[in-house]
Amino acid sequence: MAEKTLIQGVREALMEEMERDERVWILGEDVGRKGGVFLATEGLYDRFGEARVLDTPLAESSIVGVAIGAAMNGTIPVAEIQFADFIHPAFDQIVSEAARIRYRSNGDFGCPIVIRAPFGGGVHGGLYHSQSVEAFYAHVPGLKVVIPSTPEDTKGLLKSAVRDPDPVLFFEHKKTYRLIKGEIPEGEYLTPIGKAAVRRQGERLSVFAWGLMVHYCLQAAEELERDGISVEVVDVRTIKPLDKETILRSVEKTARALVVYEDNLTGGFGAEISAIIAEEAFEHLDAPVVRVAAPDIPAMPFNKPQEDFFLPGPERIAAAMRKLAAY
Amino acid sequence: MATAKETRHAGLGLDPERLLAMYRQMVLARAVDRRMWVLNRQGKAPFVISGQGHEAVQVAAANAMIPGKDWLVPYYRDLAFCLALGMSARDFLLSVYGRAEDPNSGGRQMPSHFGSSRLRIITKSSVVGTQIAHAAGLAYAAKLRGLDEVAVTCIGEGGTSQGDWHEGLNWAGIHRLPFLCIVQDNDYAISVPHRLQMGVDSVAKRAEGYGVVGVSVDGGDLLACYDALKAAVERARAGDGATLVAAKVARFTSHSSDDDQRRYRPQAELEALLRRDPIERFRGYLLDEGVMAEEDDDRIQQECTADVDEAVTYAEAAASPVAEDALRNVYAEG
Repeated sequence: MAEKTLIQGVREALMEEMERDERVWILGEDVGRKGGVFLATEGLYDRFGEARVLDTPLAESSIVGVAIGAAMNGTIPVAEIQFADFIHPAFDQIVSEAARIRYRSNGDFGCPIVIRAPFGGGVHGGLYHSQSVEAFYAHVPGLKVVIPSTPEDTKGLLKSAVRDPDPVLFFEHKKTYRLIKGEIPEGEYLTPIGKAAVRRQGERLSVFAWGLMVHYCLQAAEELERDGISVEVVDVRTIKPLDKETILRSVEKTARALVVYEDNLTGGFGAEISAIIAEEAFEHLDAPVVRVAAPDIPAMPFNKPQEDFFLPGPERIAAAMRKLAAY
Repeated sequence: MATAKETRHAGLGLDPERLLAMYRQMVLARAVDRRMWVLNRQGKAPFVISGQGHEAVQVAAANAMIPGKDWLVPYYRDLAFCLALGMSARDFLLSVYGRAEDPNSGGRQMPSHFGSSRLRIITKSSVVGTQIAHAAGLAYAAKLRGLDEVAVTCIGEGGTSQGDWHEGLNWAGIHRLPFLCIVQDNDYAISVPHRLQMGVDSVAKRAEGYGVVGVSVDGGDLLACYDALKAAVERARAGDGATLVAAKVARFTSHSSDDDQRRYRPQAELEALLRRDPIERFRGYLLDEGVMAEEDDDRIQQECTADVDEAVTYAEAAASPVAEDALRNVYAEG
């Protein structure tokens, strides 16, 4: 099989799901003729037409709000928020509405929507094109939050998201779009939502990450391997529902846990993983749970030194791994 | 008996049977509404929010729609609307008591947060304005699927200040959606008067800015409302685009059971409200036109009271939800 980019995984999933099920349609800013600012929806407008690949007004709240209404009338909308940084105007629609429709109607209504958004930094996106927003939504029961890190998973998880009966937020790390290449299985290929993937087996310590950080952790793990330190890398893949079983099993094996995330340290989703490990695997631990994350400053600056300062990179991660391995 | 001058209702294609049905719907809504305030004072209903004074425009709208086919995305004052679309007094009282059987939410939501997939009444949150985008989405989906359904949504004049109201109307205009937004303008958003909410006397004036038809109507005049709303629904169904209707109505009660409008509305204004009772006005019309006799009215009033009595008895005896069932229906089950 030929190597493909992660964004091809997005495109193939959407193309196949729209071919398979005429209820599926796409809405968002610039998703039509232009094919999206990252070209995630390239070719779909020509194939399916304007009504199913709809350019929306520049108004995120109604992109999600309209998707919610359309989902309650027999369609499956896949909404694109152009950058996760601009999802905030839709917070109310996502949290007060999409997440609670099934619950507040006691199961009478459902809300089968997918909200895709590129997130994350390292591309000189500055404060407003770099944010990690998964923790806000991971906090909200009723939502599912998925973050793929490989082209294969991107296709498999996005197809699963489209078929999920509940609202799924699907965050794609924009730096991985073209940086990360891999094989993508042809045709029907589904990756279950709610399962983590062990990307690298190891013995000395376990690392948990998602999105771009998975790749940086793998790089760091390779470096430690040269020094004879064996690191297990777990790609969390689904923030919500979280695959606690895989996480705890890994900690039981290695007795050391490092959680790496790109969001601010305080209240980032890695804090929840750390709490779960501390609470449920305490007797297996030989060292404190350690977190590597962005500093608690408002957002990622545009200039290179400060961007690098913000974003956890392979070196910082490797240093944390060494320290933890030596504890 | 034919008369020389055509009556208003005949001109609208409404026969006496339909008129009496509409009158009964208003009377029932008022009876249910009044009873829930009694239950509140008795300590049996922790929270009440009311639609008294709004009945005419709501009943007119329900009768302009095709129940079970068209969609209502309601707001919390739409009791008469929901009853007219087929919700029973019992269904509603179950929500007032927060019972497990409550078809709106299984007792999860406060009362007047209507919802029924069977009746095509979309579940509502307490958030003001979000529903307008949902109605646009329902209408867009109908168009996408080639169905001639109409999405109707309601909101108060206060809600029109929300961004989602603007965004929803914009969508309706762009795609000429089968969409109808009814603004029930009762002059107050809790205590904030109309003059501090917007710079126009009728929010329908904004319609042109969205590319939709704007209509201002006396929301206390059932036949005038029916005329405007029937035209709006037909326009929507024919694919001729969306309508924004601003209906002036009277809010008889305080905002909710946790509010006292005597604190911010002058006494004279509150007294004047009573002369704007939409049910009294329609009753007068029916008696004047000979559609209804006093005995008919008495019978309708008694029937509605009996309906409410039965609903209260049933709801009071109905079971509360099981505590642990709070964990259910977070995600799809089975």
